[in-house]
Amino acid sequence: MRDASREPRDESREGTPVTEAGNRAETREEVQAESLVLQRLREQLGGALLEVKVWRNETTVVLAPQDLVRVCRLLRDDPDLAFDFLSDVTGVDRLNLPEASPRFEVVYHLYSLQHGRRLRLKVRVNEGEAVPTVTGVWETANWHEREVYDLFGVRFDGHPDLRRILMPDDWEGHPLRKDYPVEASPKWWEEEPA
Amino acid sequence: MTARRTMTLNMGPQHPSTHGVLRLVLELDGEVVVTCTPHIGYLHTGIEKGLESKRYQQGIPLTDRMDYLAPLSNNLALVLAIEKALGVTVPERAQTIRILLTELTRIKSHLVWLGTHALDIGAMSVFLYCFREREAILDLYEAVSGQRMMSSYFRVGGVAAELPPGFEAKVEAFLTTFPARLAEYEALLTQNPLWRQRTVGIGTITREDAIALGLSGPGLRACGVAYDVRKAHPYSGYERYQFEVPLGKQGDVYDRYLVRMAEMRQSHAIAGQALARLAPGPINVADPKLVPPPKRLLKTSMEALIHHFKLYAEGFAVPAGEVYQAIEAPKGELGAYLVSDGSPRPYRVHFRAPSFVNLQAMSKMVEGRLVADVVAVIGSLDIVLGEIDR
Repeated sequence: MRDASREPRDESREGTPVTEAGNRAETREEVQAESLVLQRLREQLGGALLEVKVWRNETTVVLAPQDLVRVCRLLRDDPDLAFDFLSDVTGVDRLNLPEASPRFEVVYHLYSLQHGRRLRLKVRVNEGEAVPTVTGVWETANWHEREVYDLFGVRFDGHPDLRRILMPDDWEGHPLRKDYPVEASPKWWEEEPA
Repeated sequence: MTARRTMTLNMGPQHPSTHGVLRLVLELDGEVVVTCTPHIGYLHTGIEKGLESKRYQQGIPLTDRMDYLAPLSNNLALVLAIEKALGVTVPERAQTIRILLTELTRIKSHLVWLGTHALDIGAMSVFLYCFREREAILDLYEAVSGQRMMSSYFRVGGVAAELPPGFEAKVEAFLTTFPARLAEYEALLTQNPLWRQRTVGIGTITREDAIALGLSGPGLRACGVAYDVRKAHPYSGYERYQFEVPLGKQGDVYDRYLVRMAEMRQSHAIAGQALARLAPGPINVADPKLVPPPKRLLKTSMEALIHHFKLYAEGFAVPAGEVYQAIEAPKGELGAYLVSDGSPRPYRVHFRAPSFVNLQAMSKMVEGRLVADVVAVIGSLDIVLGEIDR
C-alpha cells in the first residue's frame, strides 16, 4: 500500500522539466490525483521519464522507446495506478512543428477504470526507427498500432500482424504524414499511347 | 485423410448484415467458425487528414460523417476538445440543449441498432416500428438545424442557432409517446423464445477480455463493468442529471440487447430533465473572437462587421498544446485528440472511434461458434463503418 502520509515531492527539484499552464481552475482532488501518478512513476523509474507536462488538467509523459513496455507493464500492474484500459493509440508527424526531431510521436491514452484517471504517454522516433509493440500489455493495441503504421509508416517491433488496416495493401505512402498532399489521387494505370 | 478440412468464406463487403462495408474472411470447419478476420477501410475518407487543412469551425461538418447515425455526438466530441484547449465553458442553456439533443441522438442511434439487429436475426416488423420513432427524432433534428441527418448543429462556443418556436412542445410530444412504444418493442423481443435462442449465451466475452480489448459502451457494460464517461468524467453538466448506468452480467448478445434497451429509458429520462431545465439565456459564449455576431448587427456596427469578417476569413487560433476529450457516444467512448500549434487550423485531430475498437473484439466473440451467430454478433456490436474507417 502507498504511504499516504508521505509529503508529495517538490516537482521543481526533480530532474525532469515540468510546465504548468492552463487558465481553467483545477480542482484540488484532480491535482492531487495527478501528482500521485507522477510521484509513483518517479519513484519507480526516475530516469525513464524524459519530460512531464501538465496542460489543461491532462498529464503527458514522454518516454524513450526502449522503456515503453516496461513502463506500461508497471502502469497496468501497480494496484495504485491500475491503468488497465488503453483508450487509444495514435501518431503525430511533427514535421511542421518548431521542434521537428525526432519526427514521429506515438501517443498512448491510458485509462484506469478503477481510479478514473487518464494518462498520456508518448514516445518519439525518427524515420526508419521502430517502436516496441504494447500488444503484449493491452490486446487492444493491435489495430491501433496497425493504423499508426498504415497512416504514418511507423513500424512496431514484435507486433503479431503488422499490415495496413485502412488503406489498400498495395498503397504507396502514408497519408497522415505532413509531406503527403491533401489532394492527391493515385495513378491507377498508365495511359496507353495513342 | 485425417487433416481437418476448412473452407474459407468471404462475407461482405456488400453483405447486408455487415451494416455497411465490413468484409469478414471466415475460415469454417463445417458450420463452426475457426478464425474470423475483419478487413476494414472500404469507407476511409481521410477525415482526420481533411480536418488538418480546415479551420476549426469548418471541420465540424466532417465529423457528422463518421458515425452518421449519431452525428451530434461526433460534433460534441470535437467542439468539447476545442473548447477545452481554448479554456472556454459554454453557457448553461447551450449545455442543456447539447445534452437534450445528444440524448435524443442516443435514442435514435439505438433505434437503428435495434431495428437492424432484429432484422438480421429475422424479426422484420421491429425494424419498421423503430424507423417510425427515428423519423420523429429526425424531424426534431430538422427543426433545429434544417437538416435531418448531417445537422452540424453544435459550434465551438455553443450551438448554431436558437431553438425554433414550438420545439419544446414537439420534444414533449415525442417523450410522452416514446415509453409506450419502447414497451411494445420489448414485448416483441425480450421474452420471445426465438429471440432468446438466437441471443442468449451467444457471442459471450468475459469482463477481463473486454477490458483488455478496450471494449466500451454497451458492449463493456453488458459484462458488468460500470464505465460510462457521463458518470466517470461528466461533461456539459451531466453531473446535474439523475440517471443510472444499466449493467449486464453475461456479456452475451442478449445482455447487450438488454443494456441498450435500458439505456434508451435512461436517455428518455435525461432528455426529460434537460427539457425541464431549459431556461432562457445565451446560447453562445459572449466572445466575438469565437462566435460570429448576430447577422442583424452587421449593417449597423463596425465592430460586428470586422469580427464577422475576421472569423470567416481567418478563423480563431487555439493555444498551442494538446487535449484528449472523451464523451459517451451511443457506441461507446468517443475520444477526440487535438494537437494545436497555435494556428487557426488544427495540427492534428484523431478520433478514438468506439466502433473501431469494438469491432476488434469480434473475432474473440465468434471463433468456435456457428456461422449463423456471426450475424447476431455483428448486430450486437452496433458498428458504423463510417466511424471505423473515418
